[in-house]
Amino acid sequence: MDLFIINVIDGLIYGLLLFMLSSGLTLIFSMMGVLNLSHAAFYMLGAYLAYQISIITGFWVGLIVAPLLVTILGAAVERYGLRRVHQYGHVPELIFTFGLFFVIEELVQYIWGRSMVNYNSPESLDFIAFNLAGGSIPAYKVFMLLVSVGIFVALYYVLARTRVGMIIQAALSYPKTVEALGHNVPLVFMGVFGVGTGLAGLAGVIAGPSLTTFPGMAFLLGSIVFVCVVVGGLGSLSGAFIASLLIGWLQTFAASYNVGAGDILIALGYEYPKDIYYHPWRDLWTLTLPQIGPILPYILLVLVLVFRPNGLFGKRES
Amino acid sequence: MKIFKKLTAMVMATGVFIGSSAFADTVKIAFIDPLSGPFATQGSNGLAEWKYAVETLVNENGGVLGGKKMEVVALDNKMDGKESLVQVQVAIDQGIRFIAQGNSSGIANAITDMVKKHNKRNPDKRVIFLNYSAVDPALTNDKCNFWHFRFDANADIKMDAITDVIAQVPSIKKMYLIGQDYSFGKAVAAAAEKYLAEKTSIEIVGNELHPIGKVKDFTPYARKILASGADAVITGNWGADMVNLGKSLKESGFDKPVYCYYCAAVGITGTFGAAGNGMLHLVGEGLHNPSPSAAFTEYHKGFKAKYPKWDLSQPRIINATQMLAKAIEEAGSATDMVAVANALEGMEFDSKILNTKVIMRAKDHQAIQNMHVAIHTDDVDIDYDNSGYGMKIFKTVEMASMDSPTTCKMKRP
Repeated sequence: MDLFIINVIDGLIYGLLLFMLSSGLTLIFSMMGVLNLSHAAFYMLGAYLAYQISIITGFWVGLIVAPLLVTILGAAVERYGLRRVHQYGHVPELIFTFGLFFVIEELVQYIWGRSMVNYNSPESLDFIAFNLAGGSIPAYKVFMLLVSVGIFVALYYVLARTRVGMIIQAALSYPKTVEALGHNVPLVFMGVFGVGTGLAGLAGVIAGPSLTTFPGMAFLLGSIVFVCVVVGGLGSLSGAFIASLLIGWLQTFAASYNVGAGDILIALGYEYPKDIYYHPWRDLWTLTLPQIGPILPYILLVLVLVFRPNGLFGKRES
Repeated sequence: MKIFKKLTAMVMATGVFIGSSAFADTVKIAFIDPLSGPFATQGSNGLAEWKYAVETLVNENGGVLGGKKMEVVALDNKMDGKESLVQVQVAIDQGIRFIAQGNSSGIANAITDMVKKHNKRNPDKRVIFLNYSAVDPALTNDKCNFWHFRFDANADIKMDAITDVIAQVPSIKKMYLIGQDYSFGKAVAAAAEKYLAEKTSIEIVGNELHPIGKVKDFTPYARKILASGADAVITGNWGADMVNLGKSLKESGFDKPVYCYYCAAVGITGTFGAAGNGMLHLVGEGLHNPSPSAAFTEYHKGFKAKYPKWDLSQPRIINATQMLAKAIEEAGSATDMVAVANALEGMEFDSKILNTKVIMRAKDHQAIQNMHVAIHTDDVDIDYDNSGYGMKIFKTVEMASMDSPTTCKMKRP
C-alpha cells in the first residue's frame, strides 16, 4: 500500500510532464490540422538551451529564457517555413516537420556533442521535500509538479476565459468566419505554434535535470507524446490531460510490480516447467510486467484506435 | 670548400631520403570503432588513447624492429556489424595486419569470425584481432580462436572481482540485480547469481531486466529497489540507462553502494557530479587514483595536454600497445602473424606504467591482470570529464580470476 501511494505520486509527476508536451502538440493540431512531428526536438532543444544558459547564469534564468527562445524559434519556423508549405496541403506539412525533427536533433548534437551533458537541478531545490513509506520525494520533483499544474491552469484559463482563447477556439472550428470578422488568423496560427513549441521547450527545461539531458532524449520521449495525443483525442486539451496522466500511471505501475507471466499461467492451472532453462516456452514463463511496460502505451493506442478512432475525448471528425 | 659543403648537403639529403623511405614502412593498426553517430564519444575517446599510446610508448622510443614506426589508422564502423566487416576488409586490402576494436561484443563476435575465416583462406595475409574492450565471456570461451586477444577483463572476471570485494563488506546482506534486457545484461545477472552463491550467503532480493534504452523514468525501479530492502545493487547498465538509474536511486533516498561496470567517464562522471559520491562502485583494470606510478602521472599529463577533452578511460590500451610492440620485437617480424601471435600468447608483461603484471593466458587469450573496485568521489588527483570527480580505488584484487576455467579449445596453425 505504501509503495502504491508513492507510485501514484511518481506517476502523477511523470504524467504531468507528458501533458506539458502533449498539450502543445494537441493545440497545434487542433489549430492547424497538422501533426507536428518535430515537437520532441523542441523539447530537446529546450533542455540543451537551458543547460547552456544555466552554466552562465544559473538554473532560474534558464527556466525563463530557454522556453522563450524556443517559442521565438517555433514562431519563426511557422512564419517562414510551415506557412509557405501550408498551401501545398497537409502531407508536405507533415514531411516538413518530420525533416525538421532530424535537423534540430543533429544540430543540437553538433553544438553540444554526442555525450550527455551535466545539467542539474538548482542547489536551492537539492533537498528532500518529504518522506513517504521509506522513500523520499525530492523537492525538485515537487517543483516539477507545481510548474506542470500551473501550466495546465494557465492554459485552461486562457483558452476558456479570455478573448484570445475565444478567438483561438473559434479559429479552430471556423477559420474562414473568424478571418472574415477581421481577426488575423495567420498571426493566431503563428502564436499557437510558438506557444506550443515553447511548452515543449519548457518541458525540456524542467525534465532535463531529472531525466538526463542526452542526445537520445527527443527520440525516447517523442513517440510516447504522440500516443498521449491520439489516445486523448487529437485536438482535445482535456483528452491530452487525461491520457497523459493515464500513461504516466500505466508506465509507473508497470515498472513497479514484478507480476510475471509465470504467475498468471500457474493461476490458470498450468504447471511450472521443471527445467526452465531448456523449456521451449522459457521466454513466456519468465516474462515480467516491467519488461513489457514500455509497449503498454502502444497497445493502448491500438485498442483506442480500434474501438474509439477519435480518441477518448476527440470530437473532431476528420 | 663550397663544393664540399654542397656535397655534404647532397649526401645528407640522400640520407634523409633513404631514411624516410625506410621509415615509410610503418606497422599499421586499424582502429575500427564508432566515430560518428550516437556512440561517437566512446569511439573517439578510444582512438585518442590508441594514438597517444602508439606515439609516446612506441614511436618516441625508437619504434619497433630497429626504427619502424607504428601508426593507428582510424576506420569508422558507425557501431554497425555489417559496416565493421566492410572496414575490416578495407584494412586488409590496405595491407594492415592488426585490427583493434572494442565497442560492442556483438561486433567483436562478427569480427573474430571474419578474421578466423580470412586467416584460414589467406595464410599469407593473416591478421590479428586486438580486442581492447568487448567483454562477452564467449569470445575467450566457446568462440575463442588463435587470432583473437582480449586485453580487458571479461564480464565474468569483473563479476568475480566485484563479488570478492562484496564478500568483505559485512553490512551487505541483500542484493538487487538489475540490468538491460539483452545478452550482456543477462550475462552479468547470471555471473552475479553464480558468484554470490559461491562466495557469500547474500540473499538476492531482486533480479530483473528492463528494456534497453526505452525506460524514460527509472523512479519506479528505484522505489522497488528501496522497498526490497536491498543493501546494494549490481548493474551492467551503460549510457543514459546507467545515469538515469543512478540518479533515480539517489533521488529516491537510496544511500547504499551500486556496483557497476560502466559508470565512469564519457560524460557519465560529469553528469553524476556530487550525486554519485560514495554510491558508484566501478570495477575495472588500470584505475588510477592514487596514481599507480610516477610514469603514469607523467603519461596522463601528456595525454591531457594533447587531448584535453578525453580521458584515459581504458588504460588497457597502454598494455595492448606495449605488448604488441614487444611481441613484434620477439617475433622479429610485423608480417609473420603466426610468430607475433605466438609471442603474444602466454606473454607475461610487467607494466611499469600501470604497475601490474599482465599475463595473456595461453589457453584462451584472455589477459589476466589486477582488478580494482573504485568509488566515485571528488577526492581524486586524476578526474574524468574534467569534472573534478573521479574514481578512487577502494579494493584491489591481484591477478583476478587467474585460474578461472575456460571452455576454449584453441586450434593453433
